[in-house]
Amino acid sequence: MSTEPIESMTLRLQVNGEAVERPVAVRRHLADFLREDLGLTGTHVGCEHGVCGACTVRLDGRVVRGCLVLAVQADGASVQTIEGAADARMAALQAAFHRHNAAQCGFCTPAMLLTAADLLDRPDRPSREEIREHLSGNLCRCTGYQAIVDAVEATCRALQG
Amino acid sequence: MNSPRDLPQAQTADACIGQPLPRRGLERLLQGRGCYVDDLQPPRLAHAVMVRSPYAHARIVSIDVEPARRAPGVLAVATGRDMAGWCKPWVGTLATAPGMRSPPQHALAIDRVCWQGEPVAVVVAGTRAQAEDAAERVEVTWEPLPVVADELAALAPDARPVHPGDADNVCYRREVASGDVEQGFAAAAAVVSATLRTGRHTHVTLEPRAILADFNPADRQLTVWHASQVPHMMQWLLADQFGLPESQVRVIVPDVGGSFGLKIHVFGDEMAAVAMALQLGRPVKFVADRLESFQSDVHARGHRIEARMAVSAEGEILAFELDDVQTFGPYGCYPRAGTGEGNQVLNLAGAPYRNRHYRGRLRVAFQHKGMVGPYRAVGHPVACLATEVMLEQAARAVGVDPAQARRRNLVADDAYPWTLATGPVVEGLSQQASLDRLLQMMDYDGLRAAQARERARGVHRGIGLAHFVEMTSPSGRVYGAGGAPIASQDACMLRLTASGMVHCAVGITEFGQGAAMMVAQVAASGLGVPVERVRVLLGDTDVTPYGGGNWGSRGTGIGGEAVWLAARALRENLLAFAARVLGRPADALDLRGGEVVEREGGERHLSLEALARRAYFRPDLTPADITPELMVTRSFSQRAYGSVFSNGVHASHVEVDLDTGWVRLLRHWVVEDCGTVVNPLLVDEQIRGGVVQGLGAALYEEVLYGDEGQLLNGSLAEYLVPMAGEMPDIEVAHLHTPTRTSTLGAKGAGEAGVAGASAAVLNAVNDALAPFGAFLTEIPITPQRVLQALGKVPR
Ligand code: FES
Ligand code: FES
Repeated sequence: MSTEPIESMTLRLQVNGEAVERPVAVRRHLADFLREDLGLTGTHVGCEHGVCGACTVRLDGRVVRGCLVLAVQADGASVQTIEGAADARMAALQAAFHRHNAAQCGFCTPAMLLTAADLLDRPDRPSREEIREHLSGNLCRCTGYQAIVDAVEATCRALQG
Repeated sequence: MNSPRDLPQAQTADACIGQPLPRRGLERLLQGRGCYVDDLQPPRLAHAVMVRSPYAHARIVSIDVEPARRAPGVLAVATGRDMAGWCKPWVGTLATAPGMRSPPQHALAIDRVCWQGEPVAVVVAGTRAQAEDAAERVEVTWEPLPVVADELAALAPDARPVHPGDADNVCYRREVASGDVEQGFAAAAAVVSATLRTGRHTHVTLEPRAILADFNPADRQLTVWHASQVPHMMQWLLADQFGLPESQVRVIVPDVGGSFGLKIHVFGDEMAAVAMALQLGRPVKFVADRLESFQSDVHARGHRIEARMAVSAEGEILAFELDDVQTFGPYGCYPRAGTGEGNQVLNLAGAPYRNRHYRGRLRVAFQHKGMVGPYRAVGHPVACLATEVMLEQAARAVGVDPAQARRRNLVADDAYPWTLATGPVVEGLSQQASLDRLLQMMDYDGLRAAQARERARGVHRGIGLAHFVEMTSPSGRVYGAGGAPIASQDACMLRLTASGMVHCAVGITEFGQGAAMMVAQVAASGLGVPVERVRVLLGDTDVTPYGGGNWGSRGTGIGGEAVWLAARALRENLLAFAARVLGRPADALDLRGGEVVEREGGERHLSLEALARRAYFRPDLTPADITPELMVTRSFSQRAYGSVFSNGVHASHVEVDLDTGWVRLLRHWVVEDCGTVVNPLLVDEQIRGGVVQGLGAALYEEVLYGDEGQLLNGSLAEYLVPMAGEMPDIEVAHLHTPTRTSTLGAKGAGEAGVAGASAAVLNAVNDALAPFGAFLTEIPITPQRVLQALGKVPR
């Protein structure tokens, strides 16, 4: 049982291009900070132990697990969530997900999209196996993954020729 | 029977039943704009956290909540004793499971806990972190008691009863028998037998269970946002448990992050959160974390089956016998009881085949473990595994190819209606056609030839098949007749809006399977309007008609039919009114593309908007003897059969590494017949999603307990679920044998993917290992179990 007062500090960062300044408990993880303090509920929490990937966000451009990063670790950084990921590539990916019915309950989906978007930046076109491998940190309990792989593959083909 | 019957009449110009239309509403989820229970943060929201038992069985000597009450931010703390004054206990038995017993269960345990993780106190605070901190300060003095963990030990004559005062631990037992089993065994060319085990599995919805209750003392209104498949059932139950008038309880189901049969029960922790909202008169939220999910979500599939099958020299089944012990928790889950799993195993064992000589015995054993309840395809995968593993083993014993053995045993496609040896009557299946289609789709002969070549090179691949019979769209004979408040009816309320749109409210629910899109397509087709015109509303007991929600693959078969009936009725009303407005006979008119047109030739007369304006705004221009009803409600329940059955067959192709015991999934095929397919895009991925759950069950998933009833794997790092990397491509094909129980002809498809997947994989692994005399009888098929079967490591 810990009796020390809970420490907090003032956090300054960019979230989806907006400057944010907030006090935050040092023990709060980034996903909770985004969801509960900023109301950005597109980032989901499925396990809080780093396995399901539902909490995936971009931190300074790299995908990370929001439940494994403390909010204070993002001080000075730039964070992008699904709500702020609105470039043409993401739009193409989202459209492909829609076309292929690559989401059911949608709980895994924002994270799946952010993870998949990484593949669109590759110079070469990934194989189905590589796509499956790349998405292997994101649990989806509803789909059979196949529509997701199809959607990512189709987007890569469209964007990377 | 694989030729489609004539589809409903409106299969004309703009009909969209059968079209692979992208699901509406998905954009919202894709953009992170969904709204799940945990996303809601109403003003004055408080958070509930549970204090749970660290023991599987213990007496609560004392609970001191004072230190927790004094902790920062705490609003209230309650124990089981407090709770008992607010929420009455429930009893999870069904009259349709005669002889079943289960003691009353309280939201929070009072004197004694019966599984590790059972909640004993609830702490409510301003933030979840505060509630969690305070929960650690609740001091419970425990007196650990002896634990009954193993299911066979639980059934032993000298076993200590899980519930004091009971004579034994048999919660429920049932026997079925038909034909002359002894004679079948006596006449056999070969008899095979095995002890089959299926792991305890659980749903692992990605969104854990979640509830947010708000009570307004001013108007005594309880509003509950619930991640639920069954809002009306929950409304009834909440009213009943808390002694409120049903009309004062509103259940709203926002987006739900996966259900699979988990979100249809009464859970003590959720009821405790609701009780606290009632006590505090403010919103209280409870969201299970992942460890709590593993401990307190219901589990399923833990079976140990002694199976025996007799076959002729040609591989014809002469007799089949099984003895199933179903693991259970200390209580029957409420209100569905949880014995459906074992009952389904008895009902569906051998279901695809003609054999009439069958004997089954089921015993459900109380244990000090987590509770057991329905999980997608209740009992189906277990029945399928027992049947299909025995059939392939028997075929092997008499040297008949497994596909050939099936051909010799399947019920003929023209033999329906067919009464299963276990009692249920099956309306119309296409097992033979399914097998033909599967073998052609997977190039069975080619694959067998390749298998032989690969074996010579030291590559060990296997092919496994599994037929299944799926129960969907249940009638009221199971739950209603059992005394549970579970609707087997559903309804649709359809109205034309003033601008010519269609507003459609239904009792079924959406949790990602695409129910709302199905509804829109059926309504649009039935009416003759573009699908974009239909707005669908579901998941709110204040605005949707009473119904059973979604479970047992009933959404399309029952809910969809209600929508179809409502759409046809509204269409008639619209045409009758248009006929008066236009001075034409109603049967000369038609509704297409949202326009009233001349039936012959299609000349356009009137838009729906014009018709609506006329009806709503200008009754002064309308003759006094007609007031058009532009809102209709239609209900439907399936009464012809106990269930509407669907069917299909799976095949799995695997490669086994003899040195590591690792099983690699190469391909998986499914042929499935759910009658009329409303949207193939949705059904296909629904099937695949089910297959992947079945593959997870086959290879990875198992809730493990220690001898003292301790949960050994309460995280996703230890309870393995399939990820994209290990999953194969899954090819799906459909046959269409529409059910005659409805106009639409649709049967459910929710269970089909899970039903046969595990059995196909186990058969494929056994096929790969057959040359070594190895025979696996247990899922999940872990590398260790493979090596044990090969005799490479000790058992
Ligand atoms: S919530 Fe972060 S990985 Fe599961
Ligand atoms: S769509 Fe439900 S978890 Fe992926």
